[in-house]
Amino acid sequence: MRLILRNLGFYLLAFWVSITLNFLLPRFMPGDPVSRMFARTQGGMQPEQLAQLEKLFGLDDRPLWEQYVTYVKSVFTGDLGISITRFPTPVSEVIGSQLGWTLLLGATALVVAAVVGNLLGIVAAWRRGGVFDSVFPPLLVFVGSFPYFWLAMGALYLFGVTLGWFPLRHAYDAGLTPGFNAEFLASAATHLVLPALTVVAVTVGSWMLGMRNTMIATAAEDYITMAQAKGLSPSRIMFRYAARNALLPSVTNFGIGLGFVVGGALLTEVVFAYPGIGFQLLAAVQGLDYPLMQGIFLTITATVLLANFLVDILYVRLDPRVRVR
Amino acid sequence: MARQLLGNSKALSGLCLLAVFALLALFAPVLAPGDPSLINSAGSQAPSGEHWFGTTTKGQDVLALTLWGARSSMLVGFTVGLVATGIAMLVGLASAYFGRLVDDALTLVTNVFLLLPGLPLLIILAAFLPPGTSTVVLVLVITGWAGSARVLRAQAKSIRGKDFVAAAVVTGERPLRIMFREILPNMASVVMTTLLGCVVFGITSQAALEFLGLGDSSVVSWGTNLYWASTDGALMTGTWWVFVPSGLSIALVAFALALVNYAVDEITNPRLRVRSAKRRSAERKG
Repeated sequence: MRLILRNLGFYLLAFWVSITLNFLLPRFMPGDPVSRMFARTQGGMQPEQLAQLEKLFGLDDRPLWEQYVTYVKSVFTGDLGISITRFPTPVSEVIGSQLGWTLLLGATALVVAAVVGNLLGIVAAWRRGGVFDSVFPPLLVFVGSFPYFWLAMGALYLFGVTLGWFPLRHAYDAGLTPGFNAEFLASAATHLVLPALTVVAVTVGSWMLGMRNTMIATAAEDYITMAQAKGLSPSRIMFRYAARNALLPSVTNFGIGLGFVVGGALLTEVVFAYPGIGFQLLAAVQGLDYPLMQGIFLTITATVLLANFLVDILYVRLDPRVRVR
Repeated sequence: MARQLLGNSKALSGLCLLAVFALLALFAPVLAPGDPSLINSAGSQAPSGEHWFGTTTKGQDVLALTLWGARSSMLVGFTVGLVATGIAMLVGLASAYFGRLVDDALTLVTNVFLLLPGLPLLIILAAFLPPGTSTVVLVLVITGWAGSARVLRAQAKSIRGKDFVAAAVVTGERPLRIMFREILPNMASVVMTTLLGCVVFGITSQAALEFLGLGDSSVVSWGTNLYWASTDGALMTGTWWVFVPSGLSIALVAFALALVNYAVDEITNPRLRVRSAKRRSAERKG
């Protein structure tokens, strides 16, 4: 319980840092984005857009701390400002309409990669030094060396453009309206395969290596020798004795892995024009839509921190040693 | 250590691969003289005798772009790696040596940086700072040091507890001397692996940033090559030769560094080494 509370305080601190960073960046950066944005729109800005910008860059005359208090307050009430590229839609609305796709892509990729990677790691550790163990780890490290987005480009080119097996862009067919019917779900699923697979391909290697190394350490424990001496079947020892105990670090990695998956999902979305917040983030960067950029950054941070907190709670459930301490 | 590295087949192949890329980057002006982004032929030509790697949609030579791209990518990657590892080393050593309040404060900062999602932070920093190569390096260092700092702190802390460090403290050696002459040499291999990891991070993240159009698009690097390939629609027109060389180069350099890393791990951590044939056969009998 104390551990959970301590970590909660820590996550809140991290969130506060990102809010403060968001607040300070537009006010203390060396460049001059306002003039850049003016040049972009060539003076064709609405008065409301200007007011929005002035608020963002702290051009009103109030003292800094007062602006800061207002900013923090508005963040916690969900008011992230108004998008400039998609004026006059509020930032929170733009993000809300797209967060679901990112969560779908990220969660699918994370779960598949974790399950497959851990299973491969268990097998590699158990058949240590065998063919499987000497072929797979280097192969997956090699695949993991590719930049996410490049692998996505390759997959898109090979399976999308050349072979035509999967759709090229977007999350569902153009003519469909989102809803819970078979046609839409099937379309969404086929659009999900390629983006998710590229993220899985890049991340599965680190899961496998992590699991393999903890499994090797666990396999040297006395209770494994004991189980072998009792004559238990190898598969029972492998899964119920060794893997179960080696899984704990993997649970911790789940929280850390999430940050990587978010990053990977962002780039993958860009390549596949998948309508999640990563794709929107790129559009915001290209359109110099600073309020939207900041809103997306905060949303992603909040999601990652929340997921980490949930993992902590899960960890305490799984590992009794943490509860006793 | 050096001899062990050269005797390890993984390390040797990794180092050879790195040397090849370093040489290509170094001799790019000789191998492909002139401005690589010069448009000098018809666009979207497949690889041929004249253009070994084909031409881009615009009509630039892909081989020249790839060779020149190696310069910026390797330079940024290694700069980021060195600076980030340097910061991580200072933080780790200071944490371990001073302990208590200093340790708590530094660990807190490290953990906050570790928790903030890297790529979004990179993007938002790069978007607000004026574009350019130095911004890219700065932003990558800011986001890249924390992971190494945690590893180095843990290692430095375990060495800090050893008797010879206590002896050095008692004999009245200065803090800086203890940190850099007593503790640091004993964690050289860990510093090495984190350095390699940071370089990989630098190269791939620079490419990612530039691919998103957040770098300096006037500089030729592997990332900007991919950015232009993507914006000029190389994927949809099926000109695979435009985006394959740069991406493959990034992957090969990262893979080479990972191989060396793996080897350093194996040499310094005997538990990860494949068990000797003798023990294995003994087990089989038993």
